[in-house]
Amino acid sequence: MESKHDSKAISVEEIRSLLKEVNDPEVPVLSILDLGIVRDIKVTDGAVEVVITPTYSGCPAMDMIRMQIKAVLDQHGLDNVRITTVLSPAWTTEWMSREGKDKLRAYGIAPPTPLQQVCHTKLFHREEAIQCPHCLSYHTSLISEFGSTACKALYRCEDCKEPFDYFKCH
Amino acid sequence: MSSSTPLIQYTLHLADDTLILGHRNSEWTGHGPILEQDIAISNIALDLIGQARNFYQYAAKLANEQSKNIYPPGLNGSVTEDSLAYLRDGWDFRNSLLVEQANGDWAKTILRQFFCSAHQVDLYEGLAAGSDKMLSAVGAKAYKEALYHLRWSSEWVIRLGDGTEESHARMKKALEELWKFTGELYTPASYELWATGAGIAADLSQLRPRWEERVKDVFDEAGLSHPAAGWMQTGGKEGRHTEQLGYILAEMQFLQRAYPGCEW
Repeated sequence: MESKHDSKAISVEEIRSLLKEVNDPEVPVLSILDLGIVRDIKVTDGAVEVVITPTYSGCPAMDMIRMQIKAVLDQHGLDNVRITTVLSPAWTTEWMSREGKDKLRAYGIAPPTPLQQVCHTKLFHREEAIQCPHCLSYHTSLISEFGSTACKALYRCEDCKEPFDYFKCH
Repeated sequence: MSSSTPLIQYTLHLADDTLILGHRNSEWTGHGPILEQDIAISNIALDLIGQARNFYQYAAKLANEQSKNIYPPGLNGSVTEDSLAYLRDGWDFRNSLLVEQANGDWAKTILRQFFCSAHQVDLYEGLAAGSDKMLSAVGAKAYKEALYHLRWSSEWVIRLGDGTEESHARMKKALEELWKFTGELYTPASYELWATGAGIAADLSQLRPRWEERVKDVFDEAGLSHPAAGWMQTGGKEGRHTEQLGYILAEMQFLQRAYPGCEW
């Protein structure tokens, strides 16, 4: 059996670079590295452990992400792979990479604002102005606090009139 | 159940509360009053069932370590999150009575969610600060979700309470129906007293005033009068449920009972 990688010699950095190929199945423009859910990579005597954390407790994409990590590493000759899930510290939008935020905007999803990592409990008090990813206007309004996936809310642009998803405070 | 450890019982109580509330909310999927709120209540259901899975996985791990065959095993012989959710009977469930109450109309569903979220925020914060590493991690994660649910449900209680004559009347009726189940949230079961003593969870008697204050603030804003203290129905946390739980379990467990181990 020929493998592209000698699992004894592979480095953490090489594995990290392979994981760029694994995308979030619900926001396919983001890799799991962009999303900030890869918390650790360990290589011990040829055994690889990838530690991931869910964005939300009920994120339905986690099983798919686990399978995809295994598949991608397996394609590169790494078959001794263990995926561990940790819950603490809890994922925050702060962990999303700068590159990831740019990719989101280009994809038509407003990235999380740096100020909104923790949800405040003031009622009927809206977030900082969220920028429309289409026309870049700040003249936008909330349609619904919940959107197409657990991690997003639904907004509308009052200038270009387009609805758009916003990565909600978390 | 009696020879099970208090830690397993406490973890199952947390798991059952979130599963049953999540299941109730999920009954709205495809039936919400408007599309956006259908999506909202379904997302909350998803968060809650995700939290439930984390609690059940931990309970299953503890149950297997204990190896006393108290809990029903899955087909492979060991206790799993699925066997705990799908193969226990009504009297084994440790959820509070509030979460199992039928959805009724949107007002009743919203009010139930508000009472629960206002409770969970402090409960999870306590777990996160507690001494059990796993429950602390699950609690820290769930805390952020509960905050978001609290804000959403608070706004809806106000919107309906302070809305039209019709919406106010419905919220008032929901309050009459649900209030008697709220006392149980702060009537500790033996395993909750144990969890507080073990430094795992906050003391419910200390959390109660915070819940009451949240409820009072939102009720004031919503134009709802605060119900007088009165008789409260309890028992769910000890396995004595209202007839409502049976209907949920019948629907939720039918497939695994009829076709054991079925997957799709």
